[in-house]
Amino acid sequence: MNTAIAKYHTDLLRQMVRIRKFEEICVELYSATKIRGFLHLYVGEEAVAVGVLNGLTADDAVVSTYREHGHALARGLSMQSVMAEMFGRTSGCSRGRGGSMHLFDVKRRFYGGNAIVGGGLPLAVGIGLADRLRDSVRVTACFFGDGAVAEGEFHECMNLAALWKLPVLFCCENNRYAMGTALARAQAQTDLALRASSYGMPAWAVDGMDVVAVEEATRRAVETIRGGAGPCFLELRTYRFRAHSMYDSDRYRDKAEIARWKERDPIDALIRRMQTAGELTDDALKALHREVDDELQRAVAAADAGPLEPAGDLTRFVYAEQS
Amino acid sequence: MTTYREALREGIRDAMRRDDRVFLMGEDVGAYGGCFGVSLGLLEEFGPDRIRDTPLSESAFVGAGIGAAMAGMRPIVEIMTVNFSLLALDQILNNAATLRHMSGGQVGVPLVIRMTTGAGRQLAAQHSHSLEGWFAHIPGLRIVAPATLEDARGMLWTALLDPDPVLLFENGALYPMAGDLAADAGPVDIDHAAVRRPGTDMTLVTYGGSLGKCLDAAGQLAAEGVSAEVIDLRTLRPLDDTTFVESVRRTHRAVVVDEGWRTGSLSAEVSARITEQAFEDLDAPVERVCSAEVPMPYAKHLEDAALPQPAGIVAAARKVVNGGG
Ligand SMILES: Cc1ncc(C[n+]2csc(CCOP(=O)(O)OP(=O)(O)O)c2C)c(N)n1
Repeated sequence: MNTAIAKYHTDLLRQMVRIRKFEEICVELYSATKIRGFLHLYVGEEAVAVGVLNGLTADDAVVSTYREHGHALARGLSMQSVMAEMFGRTSGCSRGRGGSMHLFDVKRRFYGGNAIVGGGLPLAVGIGLADRLRDSVRVTACFFGDGAVAEGEFHECMNLAALWKLPVLFCCENNRYAMGTALARAQAQTDLALRASSYGMPAWAVDGMDVVAVEEATRRAVETIRGGAGPCFLELRTYRFRAHSMYDSDRYRDKAEIARWKERDPIDALIRRMQTAGELTDDALKALHREVDDELQRAVAAADAGPLEPAGDLTRFVYAEQS
Repeated sequence: MTTYREALREGIRDAMRRDDRVFLMGEDVGAYGGCFGVSLGLLEEFGPDRIRDTPLSESAFVGAGIGAAMAGMRPIVEIMTVNFSLLALDQILNNAATLRHMSGGQVGVPLVIRMTTGAGRQLAAQHSHSLEGWFAHIPGLRIVAPATLEDARGMLWTALLDPDPVLLFENGALYPMAGDLAADAGPVDIDHAAVRRPGTDMTLVTYGGSLGKCLDAAGQLAAEGVSAEVIDLRTLRPLDDTTFVESVRRTHRAVVVDEGWRTGSLSAEVSARITEQAFEDLDAPVERVCSAEVPMPYAKHLEDAALPQPAGIVAAARKVVNGGG
């Protein structure tokens, strides 16, 4: 056993377990009406967020979607600030104004959850443009779903980023469905990496259930981008184990299909791999679970006890405040 | 009992049965049953050609609806929410609303676009705005907003008979609203506003999601001895000013309630028309109750504070009646 690799795998595992458990508790909190609005869970897709974000540095930027709890946690936002946001508290990362779909932490260069499908792509192009104009080596990673590929904005952004050789990493989370619409019912060409490559950028399809593969692909792409070649595109093939949102009764998917994908659970897969290599004992796994459970409990308690933004402050943050 | 959601579905169903030029298209209208469950079951009944799921391509499928209408079909295009209609705004404004005029009357666009609007469900800024007032700014469009089960059931029918584009705004908070609806409920007049509660001391002018709040407020005002007349605009363009101006001539006082933002809003237009046409009859300046000038926040207490509420409507009514308090 190589201890450096064991440590690296344990870290990836911990990050994925944090996301999984966070999402699972959100379901309970939603039923308990502590969380409201639309809630889109990331269960099954953890390897994508963890793999991509581990391939970036803290200096790189991230633009996300409404299914962004996993991205936010992998980026280093505390569970507490994310949970408090979903509880609508002042202590939330967007002061209770954004909720589940609009987590922001600009200090960590996390430029938010965007709830308009495709809406984040032009922002990522712009952040990349700002970096290019300043000759920075920073990269902007932009997450979006397979559904976004049908939007005009997708094509406009691919073109602009490639034309201007902008340092943007396009991360397409292909979980095969846009709400209830399967990829093949919405896209004339379902090979999404192929479509991106038609804009003249390197594009790879990656197994999004394998966190190590995602991280490796990200590192390779980021290296290419930092070399000045312009944007890269990753099609991350994954699956969401849960419905689109808490409002979705999930009638459009076959139970057998869901079960097949669950056999490829990215967390179980990593655990198996680590166990085979002798990198993970049962006790260590138990301890890891306990540690995450504790963190989560503290986050929920703090969120629940967190103060509400005074209603008198309703109109703050519409324009910049004088300091 | 029928819900608003079911009333809309019945409206679509009988439009499809009546006229085989009618088809419904939009994101997840078929296999998913509609984002808000409005089209549930219609795919099984009418098949995928007529209940047509589209990719996430608002500009393309709204524009395609315009083209199909030009070519003789009667499309109903569903946009999930008004927020996403902004991706199709170019098609709606630069094509649907203008083609007849630009072509000197040669081309018409008999298209109906349905979409959800409004706040109150803690969906935050990108899912909660009430932008129908913006669309009501545009000549060439007709804008309707059903606030009752009868209108939910009947407005689509009338809209489909219109030779020009009609945008139908469904307030998302109304979908679960339930009540009795006559089995033979049919098309409704979309040319006129409706008096939903008669009164003599003041007039509340509203539409869509704020109608219920105004009726609540009118109930509270009645307990205080103030008789409020409640007018539901129903059609936001062209505005039926006769109905609300006549009302104000009788009551001499008006409060306009609009879930849109105050600045440059539909409420401003209604207020201006009252002053233009009934200035001499007014005993007090027209008051307005609108959403706070802020993108809609997620937290419930902030969202409640941002939206028009019965208490604020009552306070505004007292102000026009008593000059304050
Ligand atoms: C422009 C726009 N149109 C429609 C919607 C409604 N909507 C929200 S999520 C979604 C499906 C998106 O699917 P995908 O991009 O594949 O991402 P996933 O949810 O699978 O992560 C839709 C249609 C939206 N938010 N924005």
